[in-house]
Parts: sequence; structure tokens; C-alpha cells
Amino acid sequence: MLNYLIKRLLSTVPVLIGISLLLFFMLRMLPGDPAQVLAGQMATPEEIENIRHQLGLDRPIYEQYAVYLNHLARFDLGRSARTQNPVIEEIWARLPNTILLAVVAISLACLFGIPAGIISAVRPYSWIDYFVTTTALFGMSMPVFWLGLMLVVVFSVILKWLPAGGTGGWQHVILPSFTLAAFVVAFIARMTRSTMLETLSQDFTTTARSKGLKEQTVIVKHALKNALIPIITVIGLQFGLLLGGAVLTETVFAWPGLGRLIVDSILARDYPMIQGTIHIFGLLYIMVNLAVDFIYAFVDPRIRYD
Amino acid sequence: MTEIKEDNVCQPREPLSASRFRRNWAKLRRNKAALVGAVLILMYVLSALLAPVLFTGNPSAPNLINSLETPTLKNPLGTDELGRSILGRIIYGSRISLLIAVGVVSVGIVLGIPLGLVSGYYGGKIDFSIQRVTDTLLAFPGFLLALALVAVLGVGFKNTVISIGISMVPMYIRLVRGCVLSVREEDYVEAARAVGTRDVIILIRHILPNVMVPITVQTSLSMGMAILFAAGLGFLGIGVQPPTPEWGTMLGSARSYLFHAPHVATFPGIAIFLAVLSFNLLGDGLRDALDPRFKI
Repeated sequence: MLNYLIKRLLSTVPVLIGISLLLFFMLRMLPGDPAQVLAGQMATPEEIENIRHQLGLDRPIYEQYAVYLNHLARFDLGRSARTQNPVIEEIWARLPNTILLAVVAISLACLFGIPAGIISAVRPYSWIDYFVTTTALFGMSMPVFWLGLMLVVVFSVILKWLPAGGTGGWQHVILPSFTLAAFVVAFIARMTRSTMLETLSQDFTTTARSKGLKEQTVIVKHALKNALIPIITVIGLQFGLLLGGAVLTETVFAWPGLGRLIVDSILARDYPMIQGTIHIFGLLYIMVNLAVDFIYAFVDPRIRYD
Repeated sequence: MTEIKEDNVCQPREPLSASRFRRNWAKLRRNKAALVGAVLILMYVLSALLAPVLFTGNPSAPNLINSLETPTLKNPLGTDELGRSILGRIIYGSRISLLIAVGVVSVGIVLGIPLGLVSGYYGGKIDFSIQRVTDTLLAFPGFLLALALVAVLGVGFKNTVISIGISMVPMYIRLVRGCVLSVREEDYVEAARAVGTRDVIILIRHILPNVMVPITVQTSLSMGMAILFAAGLGFLGIGVQPPTPEWGTMLGSARSYLFHAPHVATFPGIAIFLAVLSFNLLGDGLRDALDPRFKI
């Protein structure tokens, strides 16, 4: 088990190096002087020179990369060209908001998506199956930002039940998390349906039924347990979609998370902040995938003995 | 990282022939959902082509006297904050969205297929290098990668296409590589190699046709995704810029008038939704007709 965990952990190293290289060269691909880009439009020549020296921009490229890695290892992502605050501080301040939204959304998506997929698979080609599959297809095709706007129109403008945006109490979390969940629930329902259909037709399910087990036990203990791996995979992969969706949802609901931070930074051409936020997004995605791999090992012991 | 097994995604199939095409076409025609998708796509294509006939006048010219009008006979979907016909802008917007989708998929195909073919066929160091770059790009969710690229390249139509296109490349590389791995050891490839056929010819004549089914399915789904991503970038104000009638940009500016004129945000959203839905329906139908093993 420990070997498996170490192997998985080590497999992220090349990806982490790849991300750092990509973001390192991203700034150098921009037209003009990287020191000027990082310092922002309003910076004085002294500030620009200071940044040039700090990042080693006057040294060979491999040394610059070493300096960059050294800063990264200390979580030093530079200062925002807009606010002059350390990038990492602004990210830490907003990260909990994005994580809260993501966790509530993924929980809602699992809460609705997995049972919907199971019911759909248990009664294939029934009206409920058609309802679930059609709704899932609609969910996959719906622009998340439009859904958010429509929810605001219904629940904030017409019914006046929920706030249209911002943060505060639990009421503020409802609309953004439902918007984000709708985006993901469709994929989870579809994957649950297809894997459940497959496991329900396997020999071990027939055996369980022929032993006279209750249908509920057959579905939950035999079919669902064996269908869990692909479902967990799709939940992990959907976390990426969720992060992408968070950028749009946070903009719709003026939610102060990482998504809005990156959009505001792009609009203000605040490159240190863009670079830092993308780093954190990449890191989050890798960590979730890693967590998914660890969960595999617990769910299916065959994986850790491979 | 989570790795999805891609071998067995495609298997050697019978050669492309007129009878196979007819059989697949018959299967596709029986799939009502796919037909609905195809008809919707056709409607969008026609509205894009016939935009000047369907809507006379300039869809970007402001007419402030008519601003934020609710739907009337003259303006069936109402007008936006600058008094422009929403219907006219949606019709012209279909040109932009379809052009973006075609452009994005072209970037994905032109870069992704050759890299996937080479990576899967040659293996070794070439495969390792291409796959590590793919891993890195896949470490970012597609929309975020497009966002990052827009941050570097800048806003506008061309950069939107390039950014979203590049974000789709890793997906094509993985798909094609997986297929190549499953067919490269087949007898007909071995035979071609044995008689001294050049690698380029083997890749194009013998391997590529076997990869076409998943690529076709993926392309349909990618078109929908491209429209969604482009609308997302437009909505955030970092995609196609106003006054170009792009659906996402229209939604972005409608946000400010949500409380007074919700119709301004409603119709462009429906246009995006139906366009994406049509490509998803067709993609699902193609998958069912051409290769049921893909079905989810």
C-alpha cells in the first residue's frame, strides 16, 4: 500500500515540473520586457530594475528558471502588479471561498447524480430513464453562466427568495453551488448509469439474484460497489470542469474566489497574479487526482497490489 | 495522475466501404436524437449563411431610442441596451460561433492527430516527450488552459480560436495515440512494414482510417465544447470583443440589465444552449451508430 502511494506521489513530479516550465515560459513569451510586465504599467524604473534583479532576469535562462523554482518552493509567487500585495496572500484569502463552493457543488452533484444514474440503470428504457438521460444531456449542454443568470432572474428578481450575489450567510451559497453542481451532475449521472448497466448484467449480479438476495442488496452491495471505480474517476475528472465552471459562476454571483481573481487579473494584465492563480489551480487539480488515486486503493484492493 | 486506459478504444475494423457507410447512415437515421441534432445544426448553418437575408440591416449599429425593448412584432426577441435587435444579433452571432467552432476543431485536429499518430506509432523517447507535454497540458482543466492562453495572447476572435484550439489538442493526442497503440501491431500494419512501405504512408493509409471513428465522434462533441468555451470567454469579457455579435459577449453585457430587462440575457443563452445541445446530440448519435463501445 505504501509503495503504491509513494509511486503515485512521485508520478506527479514530472507534471509539476511541466507546469512550472509552462508558466515560466508563458511570461517570457509575452512581447516586451518581462520585468516591465511583472511590475505593471505604473511601475517606476527603480521598481522594474528591482524585479529584474530579484528574478535574475539579467542572468542566463537556466539560472532564471532555478531562481523561479526556488521562489516557488518557498511559495513566493511575487507581488501583484495591481495591488502590490504578495500574490500568495491574495490567493490564500480567496481560496477557502472557491473550495467551499466546489465542495458544496460536488456534494450536491453526487447527491443527485449517483441516485439518478442508479434509478436510470435499474429501469432502462423506462420513462424515468429517458427523463434522467435527457436532463443529463441538457445539463451538459447548458452554459453555466446562463443558468446562473436565469436562477438569479427566478429566485432573486421574481421570487426575491435568495440574494443575487456576494457572500454572507448560507443563503449566498445556494445559487452559486446549485449552478456549479448542475454543470457536473449530468456527467456523474451518465457515468453512474452506464457503469451500473454494465455491472447489473454481470454474472456475479445474476448469482446474487439467484441466491435470493433482496433487489436492494443486489443493487447497492453488489452492483454499485463494483461500479464505484469509474464513478470516482468521473467525479475526480469533473473537479477540473468544476474549477473551470467556478471562474464563470464566481463572475455571475460576484463570489470572491480564485475564479474571479484570475478574471480580474487578466482584465488588468496583472501577470504575477495570473501566473500564481493558474499555479494554484493546477496544483488543486493534481491534488484531487492524487486523492482519487488513493481512494481507488481503498475501494479496490487489486489496484494497490498491481 | 489518474490515467484512463485508452487501449481497446478502437479496434481494427472492416475497411471503409460504400456498404459500411450505408449501414452506418441507416443506423444514424434511426437515432431520433441524432437527427434532431443534425436538423438543429443545419438550421444554425443556414442562419449563418443566410444572415443578411434573414436580417436586413446592421446588427451592430446602435439605436438608443429603442433600447431594452421587450419582444414586439418588429423585434421578436426585443432589443438590447443599445437598441439593437437581439434576433438579428443572434442570427449574425451564429456565424461567429460556428466559425470559432470550426477553427478550434481545425487547430485541435491539425496539431493533435499528427502528434498522436507519431507518439503512438514510434513509441520510445518521442512518445515519452509528447506524453509528458500532454500530461502537463491536461493538468489544467480545458477552460482554464484556454483562459491562461488568452492571458498571454490577448483577446479577440483569432486568439480565442487559437487558445481554445490549443486547449483541445491534448485530448486529440490522447485519443489518437490510444487508437494507434491498439492497431499498430495488427497484421496488415506488419505486412505493410514488411514490404518496405514508408512510415508516413503506413500512418496515413493504414492507421489513420482506423482512427477516424473516434475522431469523428470527438469532433462533434468538441464543436459543442468550443462554442461553450468561446461563449464563456466572451461572457468574461476576454473573448470576442463588442460590438461583434457573439452570444457570450451579448450575455456578458446583458448581466447589467438583469433586473430591468431579463429578456436580454434569456435569448442569447437559449441560442448557445441549443447549439451545444445539437452537437452533443449528434456526437452521441454518431457514437451509438459508429461504435457502440464508446457509449456512456
